[in-house]
Amino acid sequence: MTRLPEFHAAKWDEPVVMEMGRPGGRGQHFPAPEEEVTAAVGADLIPSAMARKDLPELPEITEFEAQRHYLHLSQMTLGMMGISLFGTCTMKYNSKTAEFATLRPELSAVHPYQHPDTLQGVLEILHDFDGILRSLSGMDQFIFQAGGGADAAYTMVCLARAYWQDKGMLGQRTEMVTSMQSHPCNPATAAAAGFKVVNLPLEENGYPSLEALKAAVSEKTALIMLNNPDDMGIYNPEIKEWVKAAKEVGALCFYDHANFNGVMGKLSARELGFDACMFMLHKTFGAPKAGGGPAVGAFGCSDALTPYLPTPVVVKSGDTYTLDEDRPKSAGKIREYWGNVPQVVKAYAWARAMGAEGIQLASDISVVANNYMDKRLSEIPGLAISNPDVKARRMEMTRWSLEPITEETGVGTVDFANRLADYGIDPWWMSHEPWIVAEPFTPEAGELWSKEDIDTWIDVIAKICDEARSDPDMVKSAPHNQAIAQVKGDAFEDPSLWAMTWRAWKRKHAGKVAERGAA
Amino acid sequence: MGSEMRAHPWMANSAPGVIEAMLAEIGASSVAEVFEQIPQDHFRKTPLALPPALTSEVELRRDLVSKLKKNDDCETNLSFLGAGVWQHHVPAIVDEIVGRTEFATNVWGSYQSDHGRNQTWFEFSSQLGALLNLDVVQLPVYSWGCAIGHAMRMSQRITGRSKVLVPALSDPERLSVIRTYCQPVEMESHIEVVLVAADPTSGRLDLNDLKAKLAGDVAAVYFENPAYLGTIETGAADIAKLARGVGAETIVGVDPSSLGVLTAPGDYGADIVTGPVQPLGVHMHCGGGAGGWIASRDDERYVRAYNGFLVSVVETQEPGQLGFGLACPHQNSYGMRENGNDWTGNSTYLWAIAGAVYMSLLGPEGFRELGNLIVSRARYAAKLLGEVPGVRIVWPETTFKEFVVNFDGTGRSVAEINDALRARGIFGGKDLSDEDHSLGQSALYCVTEIHTAADIRRLADTMKEVLA
Repeated sequence: MTRLPEFHAAKWDEPVVMEMGRPGGRGQHFPAPEEEVTAAVGADLIPSAMARKDLPELPEITEFEAQRHYLHLSQMTLGMMGISLFGTCTMKYNSKTAEFATLRPELSAVHPYQHPDTLQGVLEILHDFDGILRSLSGMDQFIFQAGGGADAAYTMVCLARAYWQDKGMLGQRTEMVTSMQSHPCNPATAAAAGFKVVNLPLEENGYPSLEALKAAVSEKTALIMLNNPDDMGIYNPEIKEWVKAAKEVGALCFYDHANFNGVMGKLSARELGFDACMFMLHKTFGAPKAGGGPAVGAFGCSDALTPYLPTPVVVKSGDTYTLDEDRPKSAGKIREYWGNVPQVVKAYAWARAMGAEGIQLASDISVVANNYMDKRLSEIPGLAISNPDVKARRMEMTRWSLEPITEETGVGTVDFANRLADYGIDPWWMSHEPWIVAEPFTPEAGELWSKEDIDTWIDVIAKICDEARSDPDMVKSAPHNQAIAQVKGDAFEDPSLWAMTWRAWKRKHAGKVAERGAA
Repeated sequence: MGSEMRAHPWMANSAPGVIEAMLAEIGASSVAEVFEQIPQDHFRKTPLALPPALTSEVELRRDLVSKLKKNDDCETNLSFLGAGVWQHHVPAIVDEIVGRTEFATNVWGSYQSDHGRNQTWFEFSSQLGALLNLDVVQLPVYSWGCAIGHAMRMSQRITGRSKVLVPALSDPERLSVIRTYCQPVEMESHIEVVLVAADPTSGRLDLNDLKAKLAGDVAAVYFENPAYLGTIETGAADIAKLARGVGAETIVGVDPSSLGVLTAPGDYGADIVTGPVQPLGVHMHCGGGAGGWIASRDDERYVRAYNGFLVSVVETQEPGQLGFGLACPHQNSYGMRENGNDWTGNSTYLWAIAGAVYMSLLGPEGFRELGNLIVSRARYAAKLLGEVPGVRIVWPETTFKEFVVNFDGTGRSVAEINDALRARGIFGGKDLSDEDHSLGQSALYCVTEIHTAADIRRLADTMKEVLA
């Protein structure tokens, strides 16, 4: 075993910003209106019925105090600055070259309603990146309006509505069919769009049977939404037959390419028969996810569906790029403007920096490294792989279970996640709901982490297994080397305790506020 | 496979021999063997056709910057575009903090290991709550339009009713998103969107039309303050009272840059409040600075109807210490899939961090100065433009930072005028002439704290020159 990192998080004992400052303190001035302005328009310009009488209870701190406070908070954020094999989210290096390029005024100080003549650079990048995604997927057109993978799934269900409405059959095509282990965004967006959701159960081999799908699809099916491989690392080898069966009843087929990293450059959604797909640019394509957005779900579809796309669509005519808003059959906008443009530029940068060969190599590495990780994890007593009957090598991630060691020691996956942070390792991803596997965890090595990183990560897991056996209470009360101790979660579901703002906290916990003031 | 290629700067295991070492360890003879689950006939037949790789930073940077430089931006030009994306000053500290790699990173983290980020999120909600005088603020969703859409669906869940009243003078961009969220009429959970007329003399909501349309089947009344076309809604408290009278929710959209000078919506009876996050320290980013928040009173009926992430302060196991985590996590789509409230996923949480830093820098007096500066300069711009022959300000002296300028008296179209302005380094206001608001040849001009009196004079002088 390699030497494990000794780690302690920064601990600044930082107050809540609402507790900081002093009456009259300032962090930012604005000039008074110029004399010519006041002379022309006067003062008290807000109608008295709407003029604010109270001063908002905001902190009154200096510019330096704001900087120091938020730097401290960033330092008390592990944020992947150690090792993170966080499955389903594909941890990548986020290029600062691309980040800095997007912060230039040529993009950050650009307005989406500027005349297209003034937007030729950014439109060129979007157009070129559309071409890259077309090549990777076989689709005919991509748009970037969706603010994340879930929003791209929402784009799909809205497109399906428009498609069936155009055919006069929306009243009849009321169902969306998916697997019960598809990402929650697929059934949730379908339901939010007004479709009834049919979830197919899993068989022993890890995916629903073709027979179950055939029984579920009918003239009521508007669309099916599938991911492949799934979060267990299992690839459904019958996917072409699935698509065929869905198309036989006329349903649209959407490929949720959230787990694209292991199959980049190897599979083409279109060649497999899909009508549409989505890529997560904040994940697979190296744009930062920023703890939860701004993100981009790039949505692509075949020519048969492009009339229904939300507008605008970037098109090139001659040497000029324009924004096509004229789509009478469009499903309508799913979000304002054209998308999180800087993230698209960063994804373009990632694709250019990798190139076709680099993208192929990255998927090779991510699957090889995951199998290497599986091999080493299988040697640690107390861990169990999901779907043990599936003997084939997994794809780019694998769902594992702590069930044996939890039964032995009482220490579960949440405890392990908390303890990992004591070694400077980001708490792992467990599983989406519902938990099909007991005490789950889902590592994904990706192409970023070195073999040494992966070895360290596995050594830490082995070490925590030892700790679970020798000192389970210590593991269950972790973290011990973090900025704060375990939070008391009981308040999260208790209306008398939860407090989503400092106002609410002060109202509900007046005594504790006074104590903090005295401290 | 990797042997002919130099090790890639972003892939440690592309160094010579590493893949082979791992393959040996797992007993695989080739890379192809690890893909054994995929049937041979699934592998793509069409070769990838991508542009050449730019693996060196020097080439990559040149490509990005040379392409972006083909844009004309609002720093080199003088822009009066707004309508949902506004050019405000972004303090340098905000850029520093949102650029911190711990915050911009991919990982989701945990309540303890990513405590600092979670606290920052809570501070966003807390400070915005102080501006709104409301106790619950959800982390921002994709955009303001999306926030309104979710708020309308919240009102449907709360009231069991399926009709919303919306101003006829709405932003077509947001209205399109609202209609998407409210679903087509064929869907069982469809929400009917009914437009309420505007008072043509003020641009404000026509209260008689509102009364005529308000009944026991209305889930919510929605209005904005300031509205899409810049007008301040002085009848806000009356609208909320009318809505309450029939058991409907009042949903308001507010621009946070106005809240130092405009009454907090929590003080005039708003039940659910939405707004854009972009004015709170986020660059325009070609529309990529969009994000929309939702807020309400701390009433369990409302809290249980939210779709996304509510960050609550809680105690930790260490006495006196505070931590932060997600309240009511089981009601969203992560907890309940299709049975959760709408859906959630990655959103625009980095902009919550921008907003937290921005609000802490401004403080109460900063917001007051900001609001006063904006309304003063915007009125000045309206006044000077209104003095240009043929130019008319549609609703003078009722607006905050945006206002409608009508050019019918000039005999020129907005498109022509904007072309001429652009040739002189000025981006004119958003063209409203093809919008369904019967405003003729009109444009929506936006003036903020970044526009000086000299900029405004330059606009007016150039307008005179262009129209002469």
